[in-house]
Amino acid sequence: MGHILIDSVCKEYPNRRRKPRPGSPGTGKYMVPVLDHITLEFGEGEMVCILGPSGCGKSTLLRIVAGFEPPTAGRVIIDNKRVERPSSDSIFVFQNNGLLPWMTVWENVELGLRHLEDREAKNERIAEQIEIVELEGFEQHYPHQLSGGMRRRAELARALAVNPNIMIMDEPFSGLDFLTHMKMREEVVNMHRFTRKTTLVVTHDIDDALIMGDRIVVLDDRPAKVKLDHKLDFPRPRDFEKLPELSELRKQIFLMQGVLYAV
Amino acid sequence: MDTAELKTASRYEPRPLACPWIAFAVLLLLWELLSRFSGLSPQVFPGPIPVLVSMGKLAASGILLRHTVASLFRITVGFYLAVLLGLPLGIILGRNRIFNTMFNPVIQFLKPISPIAWIPLAMLWFGIGDKPAIFLIFLSSFFPLVVSTTIAVSSINPVFFQVAANFNFTRREVLSKIIIPAITPATITAFRISLSIAWLVVVAAEMIAVRSGLGYLILDSRNALRMDYVMAGMIVIGIIGLLLDLLMRRMGQLASTSWYGSGN
Repeated sequence: MGHILIDSVCKEYPNRRRKPRPGSPGTGKYMVPVLDHITLEFGEGEMVCILGPSGCGKSTLLRIVAGFEPPTAGRVIIDNKRVERPSSDSIFVFQNNGLLPWMTVWENVELGLRHLEDREAKNERIAEQIEIVELEGFEQHYPHQLSGGMRRRAELARALAVNPNIMIMDEPFSGLDFLTHMKMREEVVNMHRFTRKTTLVVTHDIDDALIMGDRIVVLDDRPAKVKLDHKLDFPRPRDFEKLPELSELRKQIFLMQGVLYAV
Repeated sequence: MDTAELKTASRYEPRPLACPWIAFAVLLLLWELLSRFSGLSPQVFPGPIPVLVSMGKLAASGILLRHTVASLFRITVGFYLAVLLGLPLGIILGRNRIFNTMFNPVIQFLKPISPIAWIPLAMLWFGIGDKPAIFLIFLSSFFPLVVSTTIAVSSINPVFFQVAANFNFTRREVLSKIIIPAITPATITAFRISLSIAWLVVVAAEMIAVRSGLGYLILDSRNALRMDYVMAGMIVIGIIGLLLDLLMRRMGQLASTSWYGSGN
């Protein structure tokens, strides 16, 4: 479970600001292409990092995989079923503030388990998830009473409680300070190692992608095309200093994005 | 030395309990001075003491209580009706863009028409008694409630609806776990504002359509040229308005202590 096929997905948005150019195709509306025939296949349990400049459409791709938006053309198939709407089989972890602010940490984690009949089993599982992300003692806190890092961990616990086949994370470390960012990264890698869920992480941080991913996908600027799709067969824990090949790859990706690695 | 320091410190601290009473005392003093030196007869402009004495008499005879209860009954029924119909309509308009573009202009057109302007129609349609008064109170709070609920619902962060979809919420769960908690703070503010408008309208409605209530008490006392009773009625209206506001504010605090501090 957790096999994803993105089959020639295109996405266009209507442009409200600009008038249609004379001679532009379409039915009067001027459409802006965001995704241009993206085809990717992810295996069960793979940790895939999707890299690209901000605003290139990587979040749009994730939202289509999660079923929040339909593609303009093409299709997404998860475990032989076409994605048409969101489902608790693939849980989306939001960039920021995906927790419901009127619910405590406990109640938020309970969301995915609310159908469990057995109260005791349910409480046990909630407590277990909260323990995994080390938020014991904060069960009755509301999101606004937590730090940014704790909020992400709580959301991670909420996602894991559902036991989904796929985890979809949109910029999971944005807005965190450096140390919290590092700890969260470790947390996500550990989570993946223990649960072996297919995990898609969108990021603009090249180092994050290379340290975390089993595979790295680099998207081009608008409209997004797949520019690079590379398996990362490096042992973990990964360290740029001990893996010259990884450092070399990092330089290449920097160059690919039009940035010199060494200044 | 410590106690001395504490004393100097406490001298600079405001005393929140005493302040409003000081303002009320000033108001009473001004009233007394104005009535004494206005040159108007005490029958036309009675001072605070005769008014308070008359108020005591009215209270003792039970008349004041009867009229107050009548007014409170009308505002309760009218306001409940407005909430019962206005909240669901506001939620529907806030969630459904097609309904919103369809009905919003009509609501914005009806909203600025003063409930007082409806009085002739209300009397013709509902006759004399509680019904026209309740209808007017309903009108006065219905439109503001619909509009503020619509705004509150349409400004809910869309991420929360995506979370709901992701966790397979049913329609009922979206309502009870997302929409209602999200709009509670804004809705309580809206209750507070529309209840104070409704209280203004109660008095006006009772002056015309009914034979009981604080508005009727004032009108009846004017006909009897008893300005002390008129003023006693006004004081009770003010006190009850104050209490209603206090009640709504307490409600707001109850709902907000938990999560509203987050700022969204």
